[in-house]
Amino acid sequence: MNWHSSAEFFAMGGYALYVWGSFGVCLVALAMELVLVGRRQQAILQSLRRQAQAEKFDEEAS
Amino acid sequence: MHRFANPARFLRLADAILPWCAGATLILLVAGLYLGLFVAPADYQQGESVRIMYVHVPAAWMAMFVYGCLALASAVALIWRHPLADLAAQAASPIGACFTFIALVTGSLWGKPMWGTWWVWDARLTSELILLFLYLGFIALQAAIDDPRRADKAGAILALVGVVNVPIIYFSVYWWNTLHQGSSVSMTRAPSMAQTMLWGMLLMALCFWMYSIAMALKRLRAIILEREAHAEWVRQLPEVSK
Repeated sequence: MNWHSSAEFFAMGGYALYVWGSFGVCLVALAMELVLVGRRQQAILQSLRRQAQAEKFDEEAS
Repeated sequence: MHRFANPARFLRLADAILPWCAGATLILLVAGLYLGLFVAPADYQQGESVRIMYVHVPAAWMAMFVYGCLALASAVALIWRHPLADLAAQAASPIGACFTFIALVTGSLWGKPMWGTWWVWDARLTSELILLFLYLGFIALQAAIDDPRRADKAGAILALVGVVNVPIIYFSVYWWNTLHQGSSVSMTRAPSMAQTMLWGMLLMALCFWMYSIAMALKRLRAIILEREAHAEWVRQLPEVSK
């Protein structure tokens, strides 16, 4: 183990901004992609459901 | 390969594989971060800033690998007209763009304390930036053409033309006198780093691989539903008809 305290760990030998910035950017970019794909899936499913519902009403009306 | 050309069958296959990829991503992430942040030593010259490499190097690898996959899928689409190949290329392109962006930003964040500058127009950095533009160009071209079949074809050709950039990125550190260093991980000779560093990097690379497969499948699922919206089998899916 390299670290003697959590403060030392978070300080990253004086490179905290760069190290945590890098890990942060990576996390944010990947998480954002995950959220966007999830939304895309929900959007298409919702529109398909709406379409199915509309067709059902049409059939019942006729 | 044409066995999986049936979109309905592919969708079921993707549903089955996805949870395994997601689980593997999480396990590898924890293991890779543990090795990279806690076990691996600091570099004698770079100090703790070397820990940036645990995201930078795997992300840069993925940026190139994903482009290779994109070009391969485009070739399959153009030559054999495999119906899912174009969609696979589309599903992969944002992942590649994401990793290229990460490689550029983390490289910049490492460059500032180590080189004293956020950016230099050296061959490796410039060719990596061109890679980002190729990904963005591919995505933009797809989005700009209304007819999906023409969009697929235009995108595939762009992807194949752009593949020339991948060996340029890879060999740039040898062909030109770059500020960016050469690779420290090699297939043919012993790696010039501590075992724990190497393993941390490899685990993170595997984690990014699993993430990429999971995201590609997830996006491909959505794209298939969008394209096949009027097909009978889509209307009969349990998540649609209920």
